[in-house]
Amino acid sequence: MVQLTLPKNSQVKKGKAWPKPEGAKNTRAFKVYRYDPDTGENPRWDTYEVDMDRCGPMVLDALFFIKNEIDSTLAFRRSCREGICGSCSMNIGGRNTIACTAAIDDYKGSVTISPLPHQPVIKDLVPDLTNFYAQLTSIKPFLQTTTPTPQGEWRQSIEDREKLDGLYECILCASCSTACPSYWWNSDKYLGPAALLQAYRWIADSRDEATGERLDDLEDPFKLYRCHTILNCTNVCPKGLNPAKAIGHIKELLVERQG
Amino acid sequence: MATKPHQPLSPHLQNWRWHATMASSILHRATGVANYIGAVLVSVWLVLLAAGPDAYGVWEDLNAGPLGILITLAFIGFTFSVSFHLLNGIRHLVWDAGIGFDAKGSNLRSILIIGGAVIITAGIWIVGGLV
Repeated sequence: MVQLTLPKNSQVKKGKAWPKPEGAKNTRAFKVYRYDPDTGENPRWDTYEVDMDRCGPMVLDALFFIKNEIDSTLAFRRSCREGICGSCSMNIGGRNTIACTAAIDDYKGSVTISPLPHQPVIKDLVPDLTNFYAQLTSIKPFLQTTTPTPQGEWRQSIEDREKLDGLYECILCASCSTACPSYWWNSDKYLGPAALLQAYRWIADSRDEATGERLDDLEDPFKLYRCHTILNCTNVCPKGLNPAKAIGHIKELLVERQG
Repeated sequence: MATKPHQPLSPHLQNWRWHATMASSILHRATGVANYIGAVLVSVWLVLLAAGPDAYGVWEDLNAGPLGILITLAFIGFTFSVSFHLLNGIRHLVWDAGIGFDAKGSNLRSILIIGGAVIITAGIWIVGGLV
């Protein structure tokens, strides 16, 4: 359901302004969303001053600086720190991206960091993505075949393999889905851009033999057709992929097979 | 998605930095609604026009009165609404053919379409000599 405002318990209050690190000359302010499940109090905006002379170039480096040097209670997900794992996805400066490939210099003034939008918050910058993963599971993101398994690998021509470029690179960071207003209002029924891009990745795969079933499953007013080409997904994808286009191709295939 | 008791919902519209495509998308929905209201307005005008001089006199009196400026503004708004919805509708048609999903170009086209609708509206009313 469309609810433009935040529920009462989710409204973000003014938080603490942490003191400047001692001796720091070149600092940058970071306004960070904090929620502590142990107190259950409303979330708040805390402001930290990061010493840029002792901090790496990426937003994730700044988060590490805050956690190591200023406030060890700050919680966020991270792993590879090089744009491969998709763990450190969050909203930075009003747009979703992954903190490890977001350069601090690309933002002006103080940098606002909040969890991926319109998700239940577990703690600080850590959202509960259970629903997101369940939706990915529902589109069966694996090869489905009926013909007997070949002795070697499932073969594919170079041309057919190229059809998967721009689809297989998705790291499932959820930046796109949680950027989508349609997903905000209908995430219980609409699959969202990430799951639909994956659905198309298997529909477009020449080796997959369940294309018909996959399309049957998506032919639904909510699962697929809640996409209204708002294009927030394509605008934010940190890997430069295009979920809106993939969804467009699924819609085309559904029309084409009606004959 | 449902939150557990006490679990807050993260901010969404509250701190989202809008893209042009996001603005043109919600504008498409809004002008879609406005087109219905505008169609009712035009129908009222046409019905009164068809019903003879007495009935149309009612409209003319209204238009000459204090409500006149509101009626004119409503018609100008309706012109913009139809122009935008038409231009953006053409884009939706192209999207349905699987073309034009690139982020940069889409944002540019959103701005061009909004600008185009303003130009068409101004053209009809100013060049047409209606105001």
